[in-house]
Amino acid sequence: MHRLVLLFCLWLAACTQQAIEDDSLYRQLGGEPGITRIVEGMLLRIARDPRIVEHFQTVDIQRVRDKLIERFCVEAGGPCTYTGDSMEESHKGLALTPSDFNALVEDLQAAMTDEGVSMPAQNRLLARLAPMRGQVIDR
Amino acid sequence: MTALRTLLLAACCVPMTAGADAGRLLATGGATGIEGAAGGGITPWAVLAGYGERGEWGGDVFATRVETGDYRLDVAGVAFAFDNRLELSFARQRFDLGNLARDLSLSENSLSQDIFGIKLRLFGDLLYDRLPQVSLGAQHKRQKDFLIPSLIGAQRDEDTEAYLTASRLILGGAFGYNLLLNGGIRYSRANELGLLGFGGDRRDSRSLLKEGSAAVLFNPNWVLGVEYREKPDNLSFAGESDWADLFLGYFPNKRFAVVLAYARLGEIATLDNQDGAYLSVQGSF
Repeated sequence: MHRLVLLFCLWLAACTQQAIEDDSLYRQLGGEPGITRIVEGMLLRIARDPRIVEHFQTVDIQRVRDKLIERFCVEAGGPCTYTGDSMEESHKGLALTPSDFNALVEDLQAAMTDEGVSMPAQNRLLARLAPMRGQVIDR
Repeated sequence: MTALRTLLLAACCVPMTAGADAGRLLATGGATGIEGAAGGGITPWAVLAGYGERGEWGGDVFATRVETGDYRLDVAGVAFAFDNRLELSFARQRFDLGNLARDLSLSENSLSQDIFGIKLRLFGDLLYDRLPQVSLGAQHKRQKDFLIPSLIGAQRDEDTEAYLTASRLILGGAFGYNLLLNGGIRYSRANELGLLGFGGDRRDSRSLLKEGSAAVLFNPNWVLGVEYREKPDNLSFAGESDWADLFLGYFPNKRFAVVLAYARLGEIATLDNQDGAYLSVQGSF
C-alpha cells in the first residue's frame, strides 16, 4: 500500500512538472514587453545594416515583427502561439547565405545587449534558434 | 628578421584596410597558433583563419612572442582561407637560445624554421550543424639552422606532419556561458616543434600525439581557456615535455585580436622549468 501511495505521488509530481512549462527564459528576456523591444531593436538594427537590409525591403515588416515576437516567445517558453508560416516557407526565394544568417544573429545579440539581457540568457535563446539555420538559409 | 618586421607592419595595416563585417561570428576564426594555423596558441582548432564564410575569403597576419626564463620564441606569419573550407598558412619561427648558447658557447645563438601549412574543413560546423567542425591539416617544416640539431641526434632538417582536429562551440555550455571544446591528434616526429629537427637517435618514426583545449567565452569579446599538447621524445640528449597553457583572448572586433597566456613548457634542450609568458597579436579579415 505504501508503495502504491509513493508511486501515485511520483506520478503526480511528474504530471505537475510537465504541466508547468519552464518559462524562465521568457522571464529573463523581460516577458512579452521585453521580447517586443528585442525584436523591434533587432529590426531597427537590420534597417541600418547594409549587409542584409535588402532582404527586408520587400517584406511586410509589421507582419515580420509580429511573427518574430510570437516565435521568440514560444522558443523562450512563454504563453504564446506561433501563427506564422514554417521557417522553410517564410524564407523561400530569399536565398539567404550563412553570412546573412550570422549578420542577423549579430543584430539580435546587439539588440539583446541593449535590453540588458544577461549573457547566459542570450546564449539560451541563441541555442534555441541556432538549429533553425538549416531551415532558413539556401531556400 | 626583415621578414618578421614586414609581417608586423602588415599586421598593423590590415585592420585599416580590410572590410571585416560580413562572414562568420566574432572570435570564430580563433587566434593563430605558433605554427601559423588558426586556433589556440599551441594547438590548432578546426576553424579556418579569418572570418570568411561560404564563398568568401578570410585571413590573418600575426606576431607572437613566448618568453621563458632561458629562451625566447618569436613567430610571425600569415594565413588565408577560402570558402570556410581551405586554409593556407605560412609562419617563420626564430628560437633564441639565450642562456643555453652562452653556457655552452654554441656557435649559433638562435634556431629558425619555416612552416607551410594547409588545413581542410572536412565536415560539420563550429556552431550550427549537428556535427562538430572537423578539419584535417598538414604542416611542412623546414629547419634552417641544422648544425646544433644534427649534433644532438636529430635525423633530418625538414619533415611533414599531419593533424586531425575537431572543434565545437556549445552555446551556454559552461554555466550559461559559451564553451569551446577542441581535440585533435597529430602524427609527427618534430623535436620541439621542429626547431630541433625531426626524428632522433632514440626514435626516428612519427608518433600519434594528443592535443586539446577548452575555453569559456564570457561574452563575444573575451575568452579564457586552457590548452594541452603532447610532444614526442626522440632525442636522448634531453627530455621533451608536453606543453600546457592558460590563455586569455580579447577580440574587440573582427579586425584585431590579442592573446595573453601563461605557458608551462617544461624541459627544453636540457633546461627545465621553462614557464613563461606568451603574447600574440593578430589582424584579421
